[in-house]
Amino acid sequence: MIDQKTIEHIAKLAKLKINPSETEEYGRQLSKVLNHFEQIAKIDTTGIEPLVTPTDIDFFAREDLVANDYTAEQMVSNAPEKAGQLFKVPPVV
Amino acid sequence: MDLLKASFVEVADAVKSKKISAVEVTQFFLSRIEKLNPQLNAFITVSEKAIADAQEVDLKISKSDCIGPLAGIPFGIKDMLCTKGLRTTAGSKMLENFIPPYDATVVARLKSAGAIILGKLNQDEFAMGSSNETSYFGNCLNPWNTEYVPGGSSGGSAAAQAARMVMGTIGTDTGGSIRQPSSFCGIVGIKPTYGRVSRYGIVAFASSLDQAGPMVTSVQDAALTLESICGHDSMDSTTSQKAVPSFSKNLNSNIKGMKIGLLKEYSLGKIHPDVEQTYQKALEQLKLLGAEFVEISVGLTEFAVPMYYLISASEASSNLARYDGVKYGFRAQFNDLSSMTLDDFYAETRGQGFGTEVKRRIMLGTHCLSSGYYDAYYNKAGQVRRMLRDQYAQAFEQCDAIISPVTTSAAFKIKERSSDPLTMYMNDIFTTSANLAGLAGMSVPFGFSSLGLPIGIHLVGSHFDEQKILNIGAALESVSGTREKTPHVY
Repeated sequence: MIDQKTIEHIAKLAKLKINPSETEEYGRQLSKVLNHFEQIAKIDTTGIEPLVTPTDIDFFAREDLVANDYTAEQMVSNAPEKAGQLFKVPPVV
Repeated sequence: MDLLKASFVEVADAVKSKKISAVEVTQFFLSRIEKLNPQLNAFITVSEKAIADAQEVDLKISKSDCIGPLAGIPFGIKDMLCTKGLRTTAGSKMLENFIPPYDATVVARLKSAGAIILGKLNQDEFAMGSSNETSYFGNCLNPWNTEYVPGGSSGGSAAAQAARMVMGTIGTDTGGSIRQPSSFCGIVGIKPTYGRVSRYGIVAFASSLDQAGPMVTSVQDAALTLESICGHDSMDSTTSQKAVPSFSKNLNSNIKGMKIGLLKEYSLGKIHPDVEQTYQKALEQLKLLGAEFVEISVGLTEFAVPMYYLISASEASSNLARYDGVKYGFRAQFNDLSSMTLDDFYAETRGQGFGTEVKRRIMLGTHCLSSGYYDAYYNKAGQVRRMLRDQYAQAFEQCDAIISPVTTSAAFKIKERSSDPLTMYMNDIFTTSANLAGLAGMSVPFGFSSLGLPIGIHLVGSHFDEQKILNIGAALESVSGTREKTPHVY
């Protein structure tokens, strides 16, 4: 069972503000999902490399070339707040 | 020309030979969107540039410039794929006002094949859901019966396609998000092999599982769309450099002697009798068409759903860390900035910008990746994932493709399952395995439930072997008789 304190810790790690009713709900649901996962914990996986990319991919790397695809204005165009070509943020220190 | 029934090849040929203009085709479908979208809520954004884009295609044709195989075919795009200058929300408040400065590779390739982008389709928020109920922009409804969900997460794609608001759509599939809504809405949907289609410009959910693919009316249209979007992309290092076959030219519904694997673990799903009946009928028909059946076993299918949720949530928690309220997306407003810390700024922005389901998965993923739990959860799931992939590889030594139902039931009612995430998750038992093992998967419509809702058959092919499942799909399609029926909202 995942207790309230653990949920609060996870929320802090995830940088998510959650309200008390969400804390309670997520605690219950996460416990349920993780209990389900307990079946997997019993499988013997000794010496098995975890699989991340499921198909065999030939290594490929682009040439490291400068590409001026976007202007600075385009790059900041979606910012919630901006000042000219800069991202604007509230004072935090 | 009946644009509601015509194939991509027929319409593209007519556009190229100027029997009909791309503008006329576009106008026809835009007026259908205008008429039907208020009933279905399939589109989040309709492109104001569609007519101008169609004019450009017509101009190219009049100048005899090179034009692709999808000339003048109107497409709707799931709102997970970036479209240059056209709002892309991922179904989330977080990206409510996001206007991408570039096209996803899939979108760019569709455009260069001559397709016209009509707009962006509804979906579960960040593709997390199986019912389209987690969308910030409201439920999309099933055109066969608007009291039912269209499935998810590509619910808007499935509904728009079934109601013919467009000629073709693109969806994305992380655990079944193309195949399950395709089944629920009676259309053809393919999740290609991992690495077949570029993920560049697709909002990232779970990077080792995500693939985009066509959701269309027929297997032939699916084959044509698939070959237009597949292939290596220098912007996605996980795309394969394998040559892309001409799926549409190689399409062959003669399946005599093909070996189709029957999954021994099939009985694990609690299958609804309507689905069972449709599935058995499909097997009978395939036998009549000359297919041979072999029983195969992929024992770890049993654990696919928890494995999938753990891996996808872990990758999501990492991918969604980028939403910080600084560079793009939603930012929370503070009345008192003097007492605000940087952590408050992030937590408040993310707490308000993400919906409940997204937060639930970020929480699960963060926990599974956190210190002290990583080995027991994420690493363990990865190890079992390799074992699952190897079991599939063994199974494919005995058969050409594996068949099962797509889901355990036809579409369910709105709000029927949303309160219990785990039950909702368990419906994904047949689809999630294909993503974990990176296999190609496809849903082909093959009948209806007693309530008149569509039911699809699931075909799974080996890595990079889309052709075989397309061929079996074409065979099933030729005897399904489902194409004659049209949905209630049409």
